[in-house]
Amino acid sequence: MSLRSGWRKCLNASMLGLTAVFAVATVSVLFFILGYLVYHGGKNVSWNFFTRLPKPVGEPGGGMANAIVGTAKLLFVALLIGAPVGVLSGVYLSEFGGKTLSFFVRYTADLLNGVPSIVIGIFAYAIIVVPARHFSTFAGGFALGIMMIPIILRSTEEFLKAVPSTLREGGMALGVSKWQTVLTLVVPAASSGIIAAVMLAVARIAGETAPLLFTAFSNRYWSPGFNEPVASLPVMIYTYAIGPYPEWHEQAWTAGLVLLGLVVVLNVATRLIFARKMAALR
Amino acid sequence: MTKLAGQSWLVLCTLLIGVSLVSCSHNVGTTTGSQTVLINGAGSTFGYPIYSRWADDFHRMHPNVEVNYQSVGSGAGIRQLLAGTVDFGASDAPMTDAQLAQAKSPILHFPTVLGAVVPTYNIPGVTAELKFTPEALAGIFLGKVTRWNDPAIARVNTGLKLPSGNIVVIHRSDGSGTSFIWTDYLSKVSAEWKAKVGAGTSVNWPVGLGGKGSEGVSGLIQQTPDSIGYVELTYAIQNHILYGSVQNSSGAFVKASLDSVTAAAASAADSMPKDFRVSITNATGKDAYPVASFTWLLVPAQISDPTKRDAIKSFLHWMLTKGQNDAEPLAYAKLPADVSTKEDATISEIR
Amino acid sequence: MPAPVNVFDLTPSSRPLRVFWDRLRRGDEIAHVMTLIFASTVVGVTALLVCQMWIQSALSRQKFGWAFFATRVWDPVAGQFGALPFLYGTVVTSAIALLLAVPLGLGTAIFLSEFSVRRISSVLAFLVDLLAAVPSVIYGLLGIFVLAPWLRVSVEPMLRSHLGFLPLFRGPAYGVGFLAAGLILAVMVVPFIVSVSREVLLSVPREQREAALALGATRWETISKAVVPFAKTGIIGSVFLALARALGETMAVTMVIGNDPKISASLFAPGYSIAAVIANEFTEATGSLYLSALIELGLVLFLLTFVLNGFARLLVLATAQRGAGVQQ
Repeated sequence: MSLRSGWRKCLNASMLGLTAVFAVATVSVLFFILGYLVYHGGKNVSWNFFTRLPKPVGEPGGGMANAIVGTAKLLFVALLIGAPVGVLSGVYLSEFGGKTLSFFVRYTADLLNGVPSIVIGIFAYAIIVVPARHFSTFAGGFALGIMMIPIILRSTEEFLKAVPSTLREGGMALGVSKWQTVLTLVVPAASSGIIAAVMLAVARIAGETAPLLFTAFSNRYWSPGFNEPVASLPVMIYTYAIGPYPEWHEQAWTAGLVLLGLVVVLNVATRLIFARKMAALR
Repeated sequence: MTKLAGQSWLVLCTLLIGVSLVSCSHNVGTTTGSQTVLINGAGSTFGYPIYSRWADDFHRMHPNVEVNYQSVGSGAGIRQLLAGTVDFGASDAPMTDAQLAQAKSPILHFPTVLGAVVPTYNIPGVTAELKFTPEALAGIFLGKVTRWNDPAIARVNTGLKLPSGNIVVIHRSDGSGTSFIWTDYLSKVSAEWKAKVGAGTSVNWPVGLGGKGSEGVSGLIQQTPDSIGYVELTYAIQNHILYGSVQNSSGAFVKASLDSVTAAAASAADSMPKDFRVSITNATGKDAYPVASFTWLLVPAQISDPTKRDAIKSFLHWMLTKGQNDAEPLAYAKLPADVSTKEDATISEIR
Repeated sequence: MPAPVNVFDLTPSSRPLRVFWDRLRRGDEIAHVMTLIFASTVVGVTALLVCQMWIQSALSRQKFGWAFFATRVWDPVAGQFGALPFLYGTVVTSAIALLLAVPLGLGTAIFLSEFSVRRISSVLAFLVDLLAAVPSVIYGLLGIFVLAPWLRVSVEPMLRSHLGFLPLFRGPAYGVGFLAAGLILAVMVVPFIVSVSREVLLSVPREQREAALALGATRWETISKAVVPFAKTGIIGSVFLALARALGETMAVTMVIGNDPKISASLFAPGYSIAAVIANEFTEATGSLYLSALIELGLVLFLLTFVLNGFARLLVLATAQRGAGVQQ
């Protein structure tokens, strides 16, 4: 018997060790990625990078200022499109929803969530770029905004449902109309969670490249307004990484570092600020 | 509202305001007094080095004109031009009649420079220049010649120690005018290639890895030992990749250079068709480099926006005159003088 | 002010018009309609997307029919298009990814939920989630400059010399190819398996664990015989989720897969996936048949991910309900 229990204890310990190794391996990949980017990307971080436009190949001193601003503009448009639709649809599902339409909305939100980003890019190309006959920041932001909708919608609905019904009943008991209770009581109670979801959605789409290839295209210059092609960090990284010029590779690393930094900061900030709410988000 | 909710609104609003300030500040932009004209073009990676140089030079001379050229491949350039999403296209393959028929208004071809497509290779231990016969090249790209020390290659490279490694063929994965020039040449010198694969911007390659753009192919060649690919001459020179000489129709092994490319165009210049669509691969002449080609800007004959139209016309004119001086430092050959004169006259057809 | 009690729509009264008017006056109906509009936008956009893809792939569907899925040839010059190389590439890379990611992910999830201390566990879980947030193009960047050279120089020759008798490990080592793409995908989907499996494992009711421990099982035996089997369906759901993610992954794959529409037994060979070919060839597909074939590929991908996601959700839900059921 003691041989068998010795074997069992040994197995127990070794599985503990093995799963610990797996966990450490998984996490160390993250540190490897971060470290590698900091090492290679950090070499080229300079004032030039953040303020200059790209130069023709072979000329030193170019930067990616237009891509950084471009990414900011794309995220702005995506927020304008994705956040209201997502939040208000979530409000509908949680507060006003009828049975059949709610079912369809949830179903299609799931569908949309699973659509590969390249397919969304094709869609945005077909309905915005082709009729307008030019690439634009708007088209790119639209594609990204669509991708944000399901994420924000689900989270908004969950957070609103988590608001205790006593809050709503209290409002009604005071004679407040339904929309007023929702607007002034329920939504604010869930607002920190909703904002957390919005920020995470932004972090998620900040790195998307595929939908931008056919919509925002790219631009070697500044792109004023929202109606012209625009450079963006992910597309620049892709273009420069697959090219042969060493200057391009160096810039791709630095751009990667900036992009990853943005995504990590958004994620970490969200979770730190909304730490308690995050438990509910899971 | 709870304190946390209040703080989070504050954070969100700050973010939004910050982003909108940054993005809207560029509406004020970098223009001088006059309105900035943005001209979007897309296409050939073959011509990208010189088009980006021209765009920069022209922008310095005319700060309100921005020529935004993206090198996405000739195929994509043609397609986007047909869809009307860019103002001009660029291609190393002249548009076919079928493609021209799809256009809403007539498309004018403007040859810009002459370039060469060279066979580039990365063979560890080999620093000399290899000679390639048409049969060897066709065999390699058909997948029939699989090792570097195959007799088809070794026969004409006596004195060189070639390894026995497997040849890694690298071709374009995207629709490419460079591919068109290469496959056009192979179709002319190999009946088997013509039958099996044919010429086109995107073909069904028998073997090999695909790289996106000339940039992608150059990158792959640099990173893959025992590889062979085809790129525009400028890319090989700028990236210090070895390239070999090719045997022309007169039997001489010619290395791509300004002279050999100009020689290839010499015979074509006389019989240049009115729409400038011509192929000069496998040209006659003992100094002619066999895989040479014009590369074209594709401009619609009808441009409705007057500022864009004027900007494009002045860019084209500048390109045919002063811009040609940029060609040779980048290893492209200038256009023959009578060709550029004829083109200058064609600019007036853009209305 | 009218008495508020009967106005609120718990059950519409016998005077529906009066109720409606009251609600309208109070803005409720407007709010209802407004949010309804936004919610229907979601449905509308998705429906439009599916419609667009269906219509634009019509040309290709009519020309090739079901043979599209059995043809190996992808020849734009001749106008012959077949989906088989891309389906093969997508399946193979996803299979490699899952083969590596499932043990790694499940092991990590088990460690995080069962073995480790609460604080360490939440920090590690957070770090794993951060891994999920890394953009695809950055994985591609590392794939080109770190993974592919390493594979070409060290791993593939080693595999070839030791396991070269298998057709999987024959042929020249390019670095890029099925193996590189599969490895990158594995790293990208591990976080999904970890986070969903961890949740599922945590939702297994304590009674299950306590019962096993009370019978004298070791921690590992509790996990392997009581907890994991209980959470089995949810874990399988997480695998489906990961698979759906792997299928649709575009950028990282197209940067390391070699971009060659060929079917090959060797993992060292270059291949192509559905998402990669669309990314590479969409902007240049001249000719409606070419474009239509690409969109048909996109439709296939979309349907695959949709079905998988649906299954995944059902399975995860089933485990949660089972857990809730047991607790009652």
